[in-house]
Amino acid sequence: MTTQTAGSRAPEAPRLGNATGLSCRECGNTFPLGPHYACEECFGPLEVCYDFPRLTRADIESGPHSIWRYAPLLPVPRDIASRPTTEPGYTRLVRADGLAAELGMRRLWIKDDSGNPTHSFKDRVVAVALAAATEMGFKVLACPSTGNLANAVAAAAARAGIRSVVMVPANLEEQKILTTAVYGGTFVTVDGTYDDVNRLASELAGEHEDWAFVNVNVRPYYAEGSKTLGFEIAEQLGWRLPDQVVVPIASGAQLVKIDKGFTELAGLGLVEDKPWRVFGAQATGCAPVSAAFANGWDVVRPVRPSTIAKSLAIGNPADGPYVLDVVRRTGGAVEDVSDAEIVDSIKLLARTQGIFGETAGGVTVGVLRKLLAAGQLDPDAETVIINSGDGLKTLDAVQPAVSVPAAIKPTLTAFQAAGFDGAGVA
Amino acid sequence: MSVSVRIPTILRAYTGGVPEVTAEPGTLREVIGHLDASYPGIGGRLLDDSGRLRRFVNVYVDEEDVRFADGLDTPVPAGAQISVIPAVAGG
Repeated sequence: MTTQTAGSRAPEAPRLGNATGLSCRECGNTFPLGPHYACEECFGPLEVCYDFPRLTRADIESGPHSIWRYAPLLPVPRDIASRPTTEPGYTRLVRADGLAAELGMRRLWIKDDSGNPTHSFKDRVVAVALAAATEMGFKVLACPSTGNLANAVAAAAARAGIRSVVMVPANLEEQKILTTAVYGGTFVTVDGTYDDVNRLASELAGEHEDWAFVNVNVRPYYAEGSKTLGFEIAEQLGWRLPDQVVVPIASGAQLVKIDKGFTELAGLGLVEDKPWRVFGAQATGCAPVSAAFANGWDVVRPVRPSTIAKSLAIGNPADGPYVLDVVRRTGGAVEDVSDAEIVDSIKLLARTQGIFGETAGGVTVGVLRKLLAAGQLDPDAETVIINSGDGLKTLDAVQPAVSVPAAIKPTLTAFQAAGFDGAGVA
Repeated sequence: MSVSVRIPTILRAYTGGVPEVTAEPGTLREVIGHLDASYPGIGGRLLDDSGRLRRFVNVYVDEEDVRFADGLDTPVPAGAQISVIPAVAGG
């Protein structure tokens, strides 16, 4: 098969740690490790399979302060921590008492993934994709992106000293355009939506056999990187699983993999197995999974996105059906919030916790609020929400909603005249 | 005049490695039928046992995702280009 061409350049089967093969999530067909991403029988997505060794908490705790502390649970070479990567992960888990008080919750945590090297969770998945792609003989790191992934791929390729090809919709936030272009790889802006860019990438992946499109032809490996969000949440809670988790949905892979991470930790005996509920968050302007959940559908009808939450603006989400499976299995829900609610929630998070999240963070906080108000989320149960990116990348979204007062003269009189020393002045 | 069909990498075993083939115009269902006659087995990769488009297959007629059009009843006029793309990408 031509799909094996890149892999055939490697001298032998790729050395990807404890990963043993790939299996189709739809029909169960199995394939050897290699640059395969869709089932040859049914087009279903492929999932990495492992033979995990016995692993202790101490083994993990003695590892590096990055996702590589979980390397035995990822499809990466055993020496990955000594290779040039951006060393993402091990971001802070913030106890959010201020936001919890505002929302009437007992215990709330924020997994703040804006602390990654390029300020979003995408550094996790790209680091795993790069490691696997290198092992499989690919020469170029590429992606279609809504912006955060573009940053992560351009930076990771620069660090590793390989070429990057990054493609984004031309109407992205200027911040995300500049923070991609600065790394100097091949940068393509496309006149179209993310779904258009994604389609182009899928076609290019068939033409360039040594290009690893991280979220296309090496997607099974890439997506595994999001398990580390689940691993870190559990470890940082003191090796416990939370009762509820609220996760933003773009393709849906992050949500599905956090659930997989919890499942693997419980299976390995690293945490006590207990029920958890997974909730998904979308913007109303791009809510195909939320609509499918509300209507009881098993399939996700594609939509044309129109929302300020551009990092979540995927109208045809690849993991949508699996999100529905996870949410229904765990007793969670999927909800969506309007652009106005997103902006208001960004400000709420900033005001109560001192965390400036990007629009996806606003979506997550907004959906948290909405689910609480609807009685779907238990305010007394321990809850973790994901802030997947940094507000500095989506300044346009908040600019109209944040007031910056006029400048004053540098005198006491001017300060007092403007009312800044009065009680209750914001 | 015929229609052209872009074949994704994982289906090129059916077309002898050829990335683009031609078929007769008609509805998308009819075009897939023509394809299967020329490249036996390829239809079963695109459609499930009950004849519906598999859920992880995206088909575009020119720029249009057929799920936004009439699905398998979407007309494919002479000169149109069909792209078949695995729906497991992105995000």
